[in-house]
Amino acid sequence: MTQEAISTDVVIIGAGPCGLFAVFELGLLDMKCHLVDILDKPGGQCAELYPEKPIYDIPALPVVSGHELTERLMEQAAPFGPQYHYNEMVEELEKLEDGRFRVKTDGGLVFEAKVVVIAAGGGSFQPKKPPIPGIDAYEGKSVFYSVKRMESFRNKKVLISGGGDSALDWTINLQPVAQSMQLIHRRDGFRAALDSVNKMHALVDEGKTQFHLGQITALHGDNGQLTGVTAKGNDGSDYEIECDTLLPFFGLTMKLGPIANWGLNLHENLIPVDTAQFQTSEPGIFAIGDINTYPGKLKLILSGFHEAALMAQAAFKYANPDAKVTFQYTTSSTSLQKKLGVA
Amino acid sequence: MRIILVDGKGRERELEAVEGWRVMEIIRDHGFPIVAECGGACACGTCQVEVDPQWAAKLHQPREDELDMLDRNYGGEWSRLACQLIMTPELDGLRVRIAGIAVREAA
Repeated sequence: MTQEAISTDVVIIGAGPCGLFAVFELGLLDMKCHLVDILDKPGGQCAELYPEKPIYDIPALPVVSGHELTERLMEQAAPFGPQYHYNEMVEELEKLEDGRFRVKTDGGLVFEAKVVVIAAGGGSFQPKKPPIPGIDAYEGKSVFYSVKRMESFRNKKVLISGGGDSALDWTINLQPVAQSMQLIHRRDGFRAALDSVNKMHALVDEGKTQFHLGQITALHGDNGQLTGVTAKGNDGSDYEIECDTLLPFFGLTMKLGPIANWGLNLHENLIPVDTAQFQTSEPGIFAIGDINTYPGKLKLILSGFHEAALMAQAAFKYANPDAKVTFQYTTSSTSLQKKLGVA
Repeated sequence: MRIILVDGKGRERELEAVEGWRVMEIIRDHGFPIVAECGGACACGTCQVEVDPQWAAKLHQPREDELDMLDRNYGGEWSRLACQLIMTPELDGLRVRIAGIAVREAA
């Protein structure tokens, strides 16, 4: 499938706080942004790891939740018309002959941009794999980390592992189509919506779902097809569970992912940058926020905001080498205020 | 005050500990490869340690958010988050092992 390339000034990889604020800083310099994020929502770690946890170190906001900070940054970026592309992971990044960059996602989107800003935090969020030996051989055949089509689990002997919302929701939703449904969790407590917990208990009481206390330690099967698992109970004893499908739900973790293949210099999975422009080893590709490193780096949202401001100036100069930049303040510049829609 | 860190090969190391510091911070500051992605906010689960069973009873019970993180990070029976364990004189000599999930991969 050939996809028409989206032409833009800037592609920002990552729609976390730093990526969102970069839209603002680049927008003041008339640079239009497309943001790509692997999550289904903006906010990055603020949205995925700690949406409800209070953050105390954002200047002028004595306390703010990750969710609210994201909403405010979205509002601040809105006048510049950023376009968001969620559920997409940037896979390829290459420099074109005309000096621009071609960015391709796993979902088939193609961008051509003058500048690329990597604001990818700890990398891309991917499902956490339970540390069970040999699990790789079963993945995609009888071990799945997400449910794309419920129908593919019809008449399967499903075992779900985990104790959060995903584990319980899928226990409840897949039980009617599965031949048998079993749930295994390390304790008899669940961190999930109360309604889901009650529904799951009801299924267990009705004999429609079997609940096991413990942790899976070994998988059994052939050629990627699971036939059962060994689990260890909290009393230390081993027991067997028969199943042909395993769905582990342990949330998401961050992996550097495809960034490692883009030919950029890396240091311990971070991208070294200079502290005047926040540019990577490849001119025109910038890196801000948790993903970059430099002497004295602190992984603070605050630092990412500062990095976004300086990066934007450098990115503008890179994209417009002959233009004269006059630094202006939003408090006094009518032209900036017009861009913000307030003048 | 000290903690005993047991590595994957069973070797023990004594780490100087400071009262009021989190066990995660002590391990990290001695340069051991603990991920501790969120920096101690009980929000990522990547500072998991296995506590020597003899010490487990001396620790405070995990709060609900710590249990949740252990759930999501494949915690075992003796697993705790090192960011939730704060050094006190009673914990002098605490023995822990960095759990697999919390070991930082070599770059």
